[in-house]
Amino acid sequence: MSEDVLLEAEDLSKYYGGVTALEDVDISIKENSIHGLVGENGSGKSTLVKIITGVVTPEPGADINFRGDNFSELKPVEAFQKGIQVVHQDLSMFSNLSVAENIGMGQYIEQGRILVNWDEHKKQAQSSLDRLGVSFDLDTKLDELSKADQQLVAISRALASDAKLLIMDEPTASLTQEEVNELFGILEELTEKGVSILFISHRLEEVLEVGDEITVLRDGNKISTVNREEASKKKLSQLMTGEKVQFQRRLGELESEKQPLLKLDEVARKGDFEDVNMSVAEGEVLGIIGPLGSGQTKLARTLFGMNPPTSGKITIGGEKVRLESIEEAMELGIGYVPEDRLTQGLVLDQPINDNLILTDLDGFSEGLFNLISETKQKRFVDTAVDTYDIKIGKPEDKAISLSGGNQQKIVVAKWVSVEPKLLILNRPTHGVDIAAKDNIYKLIADLASQGMAIVLISDEAEEVINNSHRIRIMKEGTLTQELSSSEIGEEELYEAVMEEKNRV
Amino acid sequence: MTQILKKSEFYIGLAVLLFGIVLSIMEPQFLTLSNWFDLLRNNTFLGILALGELVILVSGGIDVSFTATATVAQYIMGIVLTKFIGNIFLAFLIPGIVGVSLGAFNAVIIYLTGVPAVVITIATLNLYYGLFQFLSGGEWIYNLPESFRNMAQTNILTIPQEGGWPVSLSILVLFWLGAIVVTWFILNRTTVGRKLYAMGDNQEAAKRAGFSIFKLTLFSYSYMGFLAGIAGVMQAAQTQVIQPNAIVGRELDVLAAVIIGGASVFGGRGSVLGTVLGVILLAIVRNGLVLLGVSSYWHSVATGLIILIVVVLTALQRRRRKAQST
Repeated sequence: MSEDVLLEAEDLSKYYGGVTALEDVDISIKENSIHGLVGENGSGKSTLVKIITGVVTPEPGADINFRGDNFSELKPVEAFQKGIQVVHQDLSMFSNLSVAENIGMGQYIEQGRILVNWDEHKKQAQSSLDRLGVSFDLDTKLDELSKADQQLVAISRALASDAKLLIMDEPTASLTQEEVNELFGILEELTEKGVSILFISHRLEEVLEVGDEITVLRDGNKISTVNREEASKKKLSQLMTGEKVQFQRRLGELESEKQPLLKLDEVARKGDFEDVNMSVAEGEVLGIIGPLGSGQTKLARTLFGMNPPTSGKITIGGEKVRLESIEEAMELGIGYVPEDRLTQGLVLDQPINDNLILTDLDGFSEGLFNLISETKQKRFVDTAVDTYDIKIGKPEDKAISLSGGNQQKIVVAKWVSVEPKLLILNRPTHGVDIAAKDNIYKLIADLASQGMAIVLISDEAEEVINNSHRIRIMKEGTLTQELSSSEIGEEELYEAVMEEKNRV
Repeated sequence: MTQILKKSEFYIGLAVLLFGIVLSIMEPQFLTLSNWFDLLRNNTFLGILALGELVILVSGGIDVSFTATATVAQYIMGIVLTKFIGNIFLAFLIPGIVGVSLGAFNAVIIYLTGVPAVVITIATLNLYYGLFQFLSGGEWIYNLPESFRNMAQTNILTIPQEGGWPVSLSILVLFWLGAIVVTWFILNRTTVGRKLYAMGDNQEAAKRAGFSIFKLTLFSYSYMGFLAGIAGVMQAAQTQVIQPNAIVGRELDVLAAVIIGGASVFGGRGSVLGTVLGVILLAIVRNGLVLLGVSSYWHSVATGLIILIVVVLTALQRRRRKAQST
């Protein structure tokens, strides 16, 4: 890491109407370094990125210096040509086009270019893949690659446009641990080749691992920039929330040995998972942790009747069940909060209040024609908003208007309304900020204390330790060891997950 | 080889071949030159429209108004040719301009409102066609000028047959061929064409890559309009008369051919080869049914079945590939 500065931006502010998105923020990114950027949802991270990439014009008075040139604002094309490139969280790639074309797409926006030069695509793609030290078949269609490989192609595209500053927005969100490690290796190498990286992530441990310096935003203000050596997860959390946040264990102890509510014996679904033996009792939270893609989601879907098992025995309250449909699962008192709330958990275009009663329409209906009772609905919505501290404008607003954390609370709350006996939570705090996380943990503890059995699927060691009674590790489609959450530390559990993985 | 097996064009080609073999066994008339020359000529109109629709689908849009565009363009040409000057160049220039204008109007409305293109073009289909019927009074145009008739009856290839009439290939097929070459060139060799694929694939990403969504939308619908105009000329040349209600109603035939050819209604996928094969597949199935003397009611059934089979197979293939990649 050199001491020369690549990007120096001062007095960046942005107001939308009366709302402050960003106020007097400074940021300085050194050459050949990785600069972490953290902050809760709505802290101004994306506004900052949009100003740096020229998508948003800052308020007058801003001063941006990039590679020795001064700007009071950047135009998107300017930022692009100067070498500021973004790899968006959704990658912004073209799945039906080839690897080569995805990388070489920059030639399409060159002035006056009418014809496509396919040789140039390939040459350019090859050279930027080489620079990254990876190799793909250039003619492969992008959607035939894994998410991690697609991301490498996205980085290659940025390099092909001669990126000097590479902004990575939540790059690890859909990668497995192994892929994350690989990505970090590649990012480190890039810094040695004259590229600086602005690394934005919710996962503080990752920011701490790669970030040479870390800038913390809160409520549109820059709180601090710290060196990696001085930073710790705890310190960053404090800076981000402004208060000392330590997730506490809110879960009460289990009273005594209870009969399991749900029990799985040698349950398998061909190609998805096998030899699954597990149980969970009333009032108990069973945490399942493992590298992403180890079969947790498939298991969850099976428990919710979406993918019936191909063999094995499942009992609920001692009775054998088949779980062949969602209707059956719901009748048995099973609820499921899917990991992707945006596509599976919410009807984004519908009002908040309608979303909240979606799982229990029958319960809200009355009269001859089985119409939804507005009084009942209103009563439930008011209670839910109150109980779970959901921050909404009006109940009639669309669900899409809410922040990630509040959306997630709605997904959970709508299940709670049917009072399931067993609730499956699949990565419930994925992509939500710290305060919302804590709220969700509180909710889990409450539900468990009311006697609900909960299966908590997560890839965060701290989360399962604090919020479950027992922990099972899932790896390559099967549940392995069982651990007691009171006897294991975060590091230890994390190592256990990794070690399990390496053993094969 | 495995690359070829992944391509949908391969399977459509296979289907064309299979149907072709079955039909030529069942009905010797099928494989004659005269039948094929007729088949190509009769499908020039649909074939050209299908290429326009392909460009639209690739870009992530859809257009069902082009039959009205073709009708209007054809009719205005007919009026100019019969009432003012019978110039053969005007016979192409006028429908081209009318087509581009109506297509561009579609594009502007679609872009400005953000309303799904299918809704907008259903509206403009009715708007264009309704206004047209009102203004034309539904009158046919018979007396197309000599120059136009001569053009329409020109043959580019005449092959003498032993003991029979010689068979000839109409010049109209040449226009189809021209449209094939131009469309292929645009989609595969120009930056505009590649941007259209990109936009149809992921519009947000295309915006971020710095592409002008408006210009691309304008291009695709104008090009469709242009081809609709030319197709209108082809249809008039083929029938030698302009009949106001001859074209509207065939939108779904065109869409069917393009979809059978492997284009996706979700955008970003489709090829010229596939589209041509799609048109030919539909054409030989219908042609075969006619030759076999099957009632024309069954033609729709056959079309419907083919679309279903293609769509189901494509979905299965995608699902399998998804399963493999995860």
